[in-house]
Amino acid sequence: MSEAMRKPETNGAPPVISVRGIDMVFLKKAPGVLDGLARRAGLPRPEPVGVHALDGVDLDVMKGEVVGLVGESGCGKSTLGRVIAGILDPTAGTFRFHGREMSEMSPQERYRAKVAVQMIFQDPFASLNPRKRVIDIIGEAPVVHGIVPKAEISDYVDEIMLKCGIDPAFKQRFPHQFSGGQRQRIGIARALAVKPQFLVCDESVAALDVSIQAQVINLFMDLRRDFDLTYLFISHDLGVVEHIADRVVIMYLGRVVETAPTAELYANPRHPYTQALLANMPRISTEKQAFGQIKGEIPSPLNPPSGCHFHPRCPFAFDRCVAERPRLITKAPGIAAACHLLEEAAR
Amino acid sequence: MSDVRGGAAQPTLVVEGLKTHFFTEAGVVKSVDGVDLSVSRGEILGLVGESGSGKSVTGFSILGLIDQPGRIVGGSVKLNGEELTTASPKRLRSLRGDRIAMIFQDPMMTLNPVLKIETQMIETLQAHIKIGHAEARARARDALGRVGIPSPEERLDSYPHQFSGGMRQRVAIAIALLHGPDLIIADEPTTALDVTIQAQILSEVQTLCRETGTALIWITHDLAIISGLADRVAVMYAGRIVETGAIAEVVSNPRHPYTYGLIGSVPSRNKRGQRLTQIPGMTPSFLSLPQGCAFAPRCPNADAKCLEMPELSPCPSAAHRARCFHPMPEGAEA
Ligand SMILES: Nc1ncnc2c1ncn2[C@@H]1O[C@H](COP(=O)(O)OP(=O)(O)OP(=O)(O)O)[C@@H](O)[C@H]1O
Ligand SMILES: Nc1ncnc2c1ncn2[C@@H]1O[C@H](COP(=O)(O)OP(=O)(O)O)[C@@H](O)[C@H]1O
Ligand code: SF4
Ligand code: SF4
Ligand SMILES: [Mg+2]
Ligand SMILES: [Mg+2]
Repeated sequence: MSEAMRKPETNGAPPVISVRGIDMVFLKKAPGVLDGLARRAGLPRPEPVGVHALDGVDLDVMKGEVVGLVGESGCGKSTLGRVIAGILDPTAGTFRFHGREMSEMSPQERYRAKVAVQMIFQDPFASLNPRKRVIDIIGEAPVVHGIVPKAEISDYVDEIMLKCGIDPAFKQRFPHQFSGGQRQRIGIARALAVKPQFLVCDESVAALDVSIQAQVINLFMDLRRDFDLTYLFISHDLGVVEHIADRVVIMYLGRVVETAPTAELYANPRHPYTQALLANMPRISTEKQAFGQIKGEIPSPLNPPSGCHFHPRCPFAFDRCVAERPRLITKAPGIAAACHLLEEAAR
Repeated sequence: MSDVRGGAAQPTLVVEGLKTHFFTEAGVVKSVDGVDLSVSRGEILGLVGESGSGKSVTGFSILGLIDQPGRIVGGSVKLNGEELTTASPKRLRSLRGDRIAMIFQDPMMTLNPVLKIETQMIETLQAHIKIGHAEARARARDALGRVGIPSPEERLDSYPHQFSGGMRQRVAIAIALLHGPDLIIADEPTTALDVTIQAQILSEVQTLCRETGTALIWITHDLAIISGLADRVAVMYAGRIVETGAIAEVVSNPRHPYTYGLIGSVPSRNKRGQRLTQIPGMTPSFLSLPQGCAFAPRCPNADAKCLEMPELSPCPSAAHRARCFHPMPEGAEA
């Protein structure tokens, strides 16, 4: 078994990140005209419509673990990533860092916790300031955070660039002078420069060509070993997640529907949605694939279906699914799924 | 073997030695530089390659849609035996939408945002055949139904913005299918879609081609999609086809070092937790291609001979060809 596959050693230590009951509601205000009309007519003003981007999400990530977060567009992956990276304040829920709630921390501790969690984005171009040179993009934050003295920053940037596979000779260049894969490496170098413990990677390889994607995935695995990093790896690509993650979390319309160790989840998916995703995942093989067993569209997050959000598309749905939200049931240590069938089976 | 399907009948499309160059200020960009392809009735050909390899330009060239500063500078494109590279713009217009249709990554390339779906579909029908409104509407409705749009009758009265991305792509496909074309060129049409929606569309397209006998070229950067969908594959690198053959054969026995590396780069179950094969370096710029084989600077097998340009040659049979002087040994596991 390779180095990168080693089991995270927890020794009873609390998770690096632990969130409970996270809700995130984005209010979409009713269109101004409607609001104005209602007011003039003396009618009650239209209720603001809320997108429940996250609906009661629990997640623990242990030290050294790579957790893959998978789901279709709009299910809340990036929102959860931003909450965990401390970029977005959730509507409700608690957030613990190494077992300590944020509200218990001194301002200085909170600041340090924030720096320890860094986020890497999908679009390697949009996330880099086009007017800054690479040396400043990578070197600015470590100086500001007092991690490296200003006098030593040039050498420090060289070292980080080498680690990320970019030639330090290029450090006076601007982002547009690099290819997509190189820009993604610069984004990774910038995040690493503040010596984080935890990286949230949001579709960090999605924009890259296959051969370049392989280089960046290998880099993530090397860095994990060299810097003892923990990852939340967000991706819609089931193949990439299968390759890199120790554990996978599947989301559907703002809720976690299944979580299990990677090998277990891919071999033995328990939730009907996970089963559908895996059946439809394109794989390189010598046989034709039978695509498309799952019917229907992804519903609008503005108006999610009642009960189990998946019921209009689920081949096994029964009356209870329309009425009642399934709880996330633990089937074995580390294995849980939210589907009424699993409860019925246990009866 | 899918290669000999149709027996002696000529393939629907035969492309030979196609060259499309762009004459830019920075120099001549040889985006397509000697491409050979063919696809027969009811057959699905996958055209794969990384971004910038020339896939889309190949598709546009077949359709006669290359604009300044680009030009087809060589080769031939024959649809049912008719030469298209020398056809008049009028003839090309009448073939497009009728005998050849294209589906793009962004369905809004096909759809007009300010017109109802019904209007667009009826106009497309009436552009090529004499047909009354009621009959055209009925055909439009059936076409929407065939690509899996629920309640097609009501949906005819919607505007494109009232559909999700997946639904819009289905409408674009329905429009492409209206005239029962002989050939469809689909350029990354599911790349922006979610897994379950992509799978629905792949399944519908597969069935439709089989039923109607339409020949399909499916352009994508994703080899996994092609391996599940296509009969044959053509792998493109720097403006040329570097390997082609039956999909199962190419995937299980890649002979060109680039194809071999590409398959090794795709994360998959049996490589879990291991390092992925890396193809070193990056795709070359068209403005500074290396002499001879364009893959040479990244190739583990390269030697002095590779300073010349290899031909696309039988590897070992004419049904499986690779453009390489030192192909990977037969049966090498990627
Ligand atoms: N700032 C915001 N204001 C309003 N709604 C938002 C905002 N950010 C996200 N949303 C909504 O919250 C839901 C979840 O969005 P999120 O970006 O987390 O999805 P995602 O799973 O990352 O999708 P993708 O795979 O497309 O990146 C969506 O319905 C989205 O439209
Ligand atoms: N209008 C144009 N002018 C100049 N170069 C172009 C033009 N269109 C495409 N190219 C170049 O042709 C090459 C192939 O492009 P394309 O066929 O779009 O690649 P892909 O394989 O990603 O579809 C690229 O290098 C691209 O920059
Ligand atoms: S709870 Fe019901 S609808 Fe939801 S996944 Fe399970 S069976 Fe299907
Ligand atoms: S011709 Fe030479 S450089 Fe090109 S792929 Fe074959 S061995 Fe490699
Ligand atoms: Mg996102
Ligand atoms: Mg393209």
